[in-house]
Amino acid sequence: MLGGVAQGLADHLGVPVLWVRLAFVVSTLFQLAGVLAYVAFWVFVPLGSAAESPGLASATRRGLRRGSDEDAGPQSNRSTLQTAALVVLGVGVVWIVVGSDTVSTLVFPAVLAIAGFALIWRQADDRSLERWVRVTSGWQAALRIAAGTLLVLIAYAVFVAQLGGGLQSAAQLLAALVVAVAGALLLLGPWVVRLVSDLAAERRERVRSQERADVAAHLHDSVLQTLALLQKNAHDPATVATLARRQERELRDWLYGDRTPDDATLRSGLAADAAEIETTYRVPIEVVGVGDTDPDPDVDALRAAAREAMTNAAKHSGADRIDVYVEVAGAAAEVFVRDRGVGFDPEQVPEDRLGIRRSLVERMKRHRGTVDVRSAPGEGTEVRLVLPLVREPSSDGGRDTAPQGAEGGDA
Amino acid sequence: MSTPTNAASPRDLAVVLVDDHAMFRTGVRAELGSTVRIVAEAGDVDEAIRAVEAYRPDVVLLDVHLPGGGGAEVLRRVATRYPDTKFLALSVSDAAEDVIGVIRAGARGYVTKNITGDELVDAIRRVAGGDAVFSPRLAGFVLDAFAGTIEVAQVDSDLDRLTEREREVMRLIARGYAYKEVAKALFISVKTVETHVSSVLRKLQLSSRHELTRWASDRRLI
Repeated sequence: MLGGVAQGLADHLGVPVLWVRLAFVVSTLFQLAGVLAYVAFWVFVPLGSAAESPGLASATRRGLRRGSDEDAGPQSNRSTLQTAALVVLGVGVVWIVVGSDTVSTLVFPAVLAIAGFALIWRQADDRSLERWVRVTSGWQAALRIAAGTLLVLIAYAVFVAQLGGGLQSAAQLLAALVVAVAGALLLLGPWVVRLVSDLAAERRERVRSQERADVAAHLHDSVLQTLALLQKNAHDPATVATLARRQERELRDWLYGDRTPDDATLRSGLAADAAEIETTYRVPIEVVGVGDTDPDPDVDALRAAAREAMTNAAKHSGADRIDVYVEVAGAAAEVFVRDRGVGFDPEQVPEDRLGIRRSLVERMKRHRGTVDVRSAPGEGTEVRLVLPLVREPSSDGGRDTAPQGAEGGDA
Repeated sequence: MSTPTNAASPRDLAVVLVDDHAMFRTGVRAELGSTVRIVAEAGDVDEAIRAVEAYRPDVVLLDVHLPGGGGAEVLRRVATRYPDTKFLALSVSDAAEDVIGVIRAGARGYVTKNITGDELVDAIRRVAGGDAVFSPRLAGFVLDAFAGTIEVAQVDSDLDRLTEREREVMRLIARGYAYKEVAKALFISVKTVETHVSSVLRKLQLSSRHELTRWASDRRLI
């Protein structure tokens, strides 16, 4: 709860925050490494920023849904206590390790100095220049800076007094100068670093908002185009429905989607294929997925087979919608393509469709996959494609498998 | 969805319509026509709460995105006080965090706004009868949220993982099967399917399973 460093690291590494805090405390035993690491992380690691899809971010801003910040209540209280306890523990550990009498003369001023630095550094740890100005303009802030500086000076004076007992020799004067400069750097350093990173963040934000404006303009164009087309085709319900659905899909992808490139994964590829077939044959195709996998020749074959199955269903079934379900779990990837159309008797398949089925089966077989077609006249058809995944499914566990979820950003 | 099993005629069902877009409310009202009784409309969280308190409706059609904190906020403030009122979430957003979020807050089902009028009436009836309404997409989210439940050996409370049967039901729903078709495929009754679905819903609302919690916190649900 000091700088949120432990929390950030814990999020990044995916371990409980308590472990990270304990790690800091334990490593403090070795030459105060924990403290130094904490400070280093604090200064150099950028603050985590949440990247939400534009639709969700906007809904959060307008209070249409609850954002992330509000729910931290009781949890963070406990967390503060935890931090305080660990800090006390850390100080105790240092105390014991360093010993009470011999070096306490050095430890005490060191602690004072660290406290001073901490007070000043705290000021620099802010998101923006604005906040810096606001925080520093009050008398409280002035008091804090003064206190910090005073502490550092006292510590320095005590330190020097302990070492030499005076400033007579020129060498000592030089050393004092070096120490003073180093102190000044320490004082101003974090602020400068923070300022620079703030500038970078601002630049990034500007680029991002320009990007958004471009996309918004593009969307406006496409929405206007669609509306014009809708008016022209008002007499043809099928066209109207297709146009509206395509527009809806585009908007939905932009507002709530994770905007994965079409060929990046099995699921995004299938979704792209489905969208294309939907536009061509004017049958809505609903793609639902669980888990995902990166493309490779085998997965591409699965995708191609699924595409063929979707095309068949769209072309021949006469169903008013097609459901596609993709599941990548453990050792296999499965795709189900289901329609509630006319169906057929698998025993009496017309020659041309048999050909299509054979090519589907052959293709999957070449990649160790299987095809299973279930159908009966009047009951629709379901094609099940199974592809065993031979490689380590390790990418499954860490992979984010939410279909449309916005990515939680942690830096 | 398949034909409903409970006997209550939808005409007797009192429904409150909550959406911040008046145009959409008008559209739903026209589409539902006289199939249900729409007793009140509301455009934000406070209005919705007042309407629920005043009318004690059977079903609330609840928009996920709503001024004043969203549909989840409405659920948080009234769902436990009026156990007889059922909530059906209605949204244009397909984002997993919104869908699961509103379900975890207490909604009995989730449908997208492009649902047809007949399907919506059926969903309302189902929710009013105490059942859960799972679309293929919601089933997909649920399977995703409970992912990792395959390792049966893991010792865990029953609450925190789906049984093999529940997983099968979820997978069939995700594949586009209606309850009736699920029942046929698994050689069980529709009532049993409904029981499984309701129990999945309950687990989703109460579960504290590590994976689910982490999945949710990754999406900043909790």
